[in-house]
Amino acid sequence: MIEKTVAELSEALASGEITSVELTRAYLDRIALHNTELNAYITVCEESALEQARIADEQRAAGSTLPLLGIPIAHKDLFCTKGVLTTSGSKILHNFISPYDATVVERMQAAGAVMLGKTNMDEFAMGSSNESSYYGAARNPWNVDKVPGGSSGGSAAAVAADLCAMATGTDTGGSIRQPAAFCGITGIKPSYGRISRWGMIAYASSLDQAGPLCKSAEDAALLLNVMAGVDDKDSTSISLPEEDFTASLNESLEGLKIGLPKQHFAEGLDAGIEAAIRNAVAELEALGATVKEIDLPNSDLAISAYYVIAPAEASANLSRFDGVRYGYRCENPVDLEDMYKRSRSEGFGDEVKRRIMVGTYALSAGFYDAYYRKAQKIRRLVKEDYARAFEEVDVIIGPTTPSPAFGLDSIKDSVTMYLEDIYTIALNLAGLPGISVPAGFVDGLPVGMQIVATDFAEAKLLNVAHQFQKVTDWHMRKPILRNAASQQREA
Amino acid sequence: MSLTKDDAEKIAHLARLHISETEATEVAGRVTDILALIDKMQSIDTENVEPLAHPFDAVQKLRPDIVTEKDQRDDLQTLAPLSQDGLYLVPKVIE
Amino acid sequence: MQYETVIGLEVHVQLSTESKLFSGSSTKFGAEPNTQANIFDLALPGTLPVLNEKAVAMAVKFGLAIGADIGKISVFDRKNYFYPDLPKGYQVSQLDYPTVGKGSLTVTLEDGSEKVIGVTRAHMEEDAGKSLHEDYHGMSGIDLNRAGTPLLEIVSEPDIRSAKEAVAYLKKLHSIIRYLDISDAIMAQGSMRCDANVSIRPVGQEEFGTRTEIKNINSFKFVEKAINYEVRRQQEVIEDGGRVVQETRLYDADRDETRSMRSKEVANDYRYFPEPDLLPIVIDDAYIDAIREQLPELPDARAERFTQEFGLSEYDAGVLVASREMADYFETAAKLSDDAKLAANWVSQDLQALLNKHSWEISESPIQAERLADLIKRIKDNTISGKIAKTVFETMVEDSSSVDAIIEAKGLKQVTDSGALESLVDQVIAENPDQVQQYRDGKVQVIGFLVGQCMQLSKGKANPAQVNELLRSKL
Repeated sequence: MIEKTVAELSEALASGEITSVELTRAYLDRIALHNTELNAYITVCEESALEQARIADEQRAAGSTLPLLGIPIAHKDLFCTKGVLTTSGSKILHNFISPYDATVVERMQAAGAVMLGKTNMDEFAMGSSNESSYYGAARNPWNVDKVPGGSSGGSAAAVAADLCAMATGTDTGGSIRQPAAFCGITGIKPSYGRISRWGMIAYASSLDQAGPLCKSAEDAALLLNVMAGVDDKDSTSISLPEEDFTASLNESLEGLKIGLPKQHFAEGLDAGIEAAIRNAVAELEALGATVKEIDLPNSDLAISAYYVIAPAEASANLSRFDGVRYGYRCENPVDLEDMYKRSRSEGFGDEVKRRIMVGTYALSAGFYDAYYRKAQKIRRLVKEDYARAFEEVDVIIGPTTPSPAFGLDSIKDSVTMYLEDIYTIALNLAGLPGISVPAGFVDGLPVGMQIVATDFAEAKLLNVAHQFQKVTDWHMRKPILRNAASQQREA
Repeated sequence: MSLTKDDAEKIAHLARLHISETEATEVAGRVTDILALIDKMQSIDTENVEPLAHPFDAVQKLRPDIVTEKDQRDDLQTLAPLSQDGLYLVPKVIE
Repeated sequence: MQYETVIGLEVHVQLSTESKLFSGSSTKFGAEPNTQANIFDLALPGTLPVLNEKAVAMAVKFGLAIGADIGKISVFDRKNYFYPDLPKGYQVSQLDYPTVGKGSLTVTLEDGSEKVIGVTRAHMEEDAGKSLHEDYHGMSGIDLNRAGTPLLEIVSEPDIRSAKEAVAYLKKLHSIIRYLDISDAIMAQGSMRCDANVSIRPVGQEEFGTRTEIKNINSFKFVEKAINYEVRRQQEVIEDGGRVVQETRLYDADRDETRSMRSKEVANDYRYFPEPDLLPIVIDDAYIDAIREQLPELPDARAERFTQEFGLSEYDAGVLVASREMADYFETAAKLSDDAKLAANWVSQDLQALLNKHSWEISESPIQAERLADLIKRIKDNTISGKIAKTVFETMVEDSSSVDAIIEAKGLKQVTDSGALESLVDQVIAENPDQVQQYRDGKVQVIGFLVGQCMQLSKGKANPAQVNELLRSKL
């Protein structure tokens, strides 16, 4: 049962085939069995999860038909959860019990979901491998010597390994799509402003966006129905007419115009991945889509602009972690400056400190125009590239990542790591929606296909992804997990 | 653009990060590598391009001037490393 | 060498909204520490700002009142620095696109001449919390109740040339702000704060000298003193062959001096950039027009009207309109008594003296405009003389009875009954034979003495004109 999609579980719960308590218990047992190895969860909320499940079963008995009633979810540990440890993967929040819920958490709860716990992540969402987590790296369920991707690596690993039915993540430069690709699941980054950021611990405010990681495009649509919507608490959330994202899932792809950006099929792309994506595109052509090559001339600059804008915003966003009102404070500070400097240096990990340094430098006197302003201009050029492309095509398709999941500890320098996000980062600059869906395997590791649509056209993405999943089974493939005990037995 | 050890120390101070003498050189090197990636931006002319701060041209929403918050001091101060008499305590602030 | 002083003022005014600039916490003054600091004010991770519409309306109101350009698009920026009273580690302010652009206000100088002083800009920003320096085991206590209270920072052009002009500018600003009712603007409580940028240059020199910024000035009087001290200090530095250092200086009212704030000398680099959690504020003409319609009559217009409608001198009108409450008081008294000149004199002299003596606000005065009008009416209809009226006025401070009741109870009614006056006059003639003789001998000015005697005998209640007439006819 635990391997089923949200859509399937909803039916099973509705028909009485299983109760939420049974389902929740099953996930908790599986977490107990495999989390030591996968390290997907930072916090597991066994007691409260079972209690929520019990209530969900009662509500169902009383006639409730909430969309996610009784379905177990995991939240990325940068969503604030009232009364539950919320770390953002950092030592500086090692003791932060949030006094409030993020809007996303509230909405999931209101829809009846049961919270299993909080998932591992790169510290403050800064990373593409999960290795920058203070709580140790999560592992890729397909091969535990590989990274699950990042920053929402714990959520992706948990969904792939059936340690939950669905999970939330956030995506600032690829942090939902890249781990979804590495772990062989479906993950969507909606348009900027689609989902409230209230209660999401900020990395880069103008780029951050929440989204679901799940087992199918249909699930993504169901979850987006719950998560999306304007929020008075987030000035940048956008007011749009209410939309049912499942409504157009079954529309035909006949006549769909697909653009393949030549920059995403160029040097640096793994040959196996390219082959998988070209095969996937052929499947879509078979469904009636047409394909043409398109040009996104400023693609290469997107990553440069991103590594100015994101660290700059982060450098300010992370100033609040000062050891005064909450979080980590160093032992015996000799004076105020010492308290600031040691609390922050001891509380933040190296990659976070590096990005704070880069961001501070880019904003410092004399450099603003050459860095920050320049990056914002390139941001406009990147957005215009996509706007031009969408005059000709309905969706843009390419690989989510240039290579499959890489080995733990295999990438030592920041710049090489940054280049892992080369195909995903531009969307965050442009605010566009993108989805990664499983599209094959290379050396036993999943390949992700990224589908991009214009502003607020998530329904189109989900439609294409769902039609693809109806004719393929990549998304249904499951890793074979071996827990520590079984490994020992084998040895 | 490359960062010297002195630059690294100055930036670290602005960001209130502690770096030792030995770390400063390493940090300067790593940040310089990142700056090399960033500096590719300088290859194109953006003279006539308007900066873009937000992905969409949306407008700020306004909130009515109503007090909606109650006193939660006691709960919120349980999060504080050090507090007394309702105040957050920090090493002496010198004006 | 003759020097010219150049001053620019940065005035911070706390906008009198109910809730904070970006959160729903109360802005009430004087609450227990940290009881008005919610999760946003404490900068808990994940919290976001939402802008208070009233603060925007107040800023626009101010802009219109000083004839300023209103920014059709204004943008908030983050100003980054670390300080324990600044929870987010940045202050949200407006750098390049303030809500209020260039405007000006006209001040009247001591010699009666007028001077236009430019306002460069006025922008919205958040106030910081407070560091309390009482000793907590060698530590400081942080109270964040004030953090996030909306401020309007009003920056003047360097158009001010003396400490007195600076005070005149500040008083005018204060007056406009009170008329608009956008702030309490009480310097002693910190709801209006002033920093002064001061420099000197040889007369005739075009470029500015090096300026210092004086902080911590919390009354109009101290603004004058602090600037005068600083100007003298800078002159001495230059005359001793030194040069003025650009720095921030703190005014110490106890010692009447400014001194360098060394702790702030480390060059600040605020790393401003657009606040990504907020979008641009767009203000259209319809919004501006709607705010314009809410504008009250402002001091200059009101003074103009007082001179025309009530025939007041420009000086009197200027004094009366300085405070909105004073002008309202005067206008009520003038209308009810139907004698604007008398009302103007009573308000600007007797009432003002009374308020000064007790350090009362006009709202605290035991004599409100209606009662003063009653008093003026009794002077006009000869029930009492102007002199007796002062006695009645003094009684009114303690006694809340009506003017007529006080006059009645104290028997202060002017004696106009001719029978009573006649016997009074007869008595005085009988008691002062020498003076009567002198009068009859042609020394007519003696009549003044005799009138005085009658007044004294009546304890001031006799109508002097009637007495005068009676005396003449009898002699």
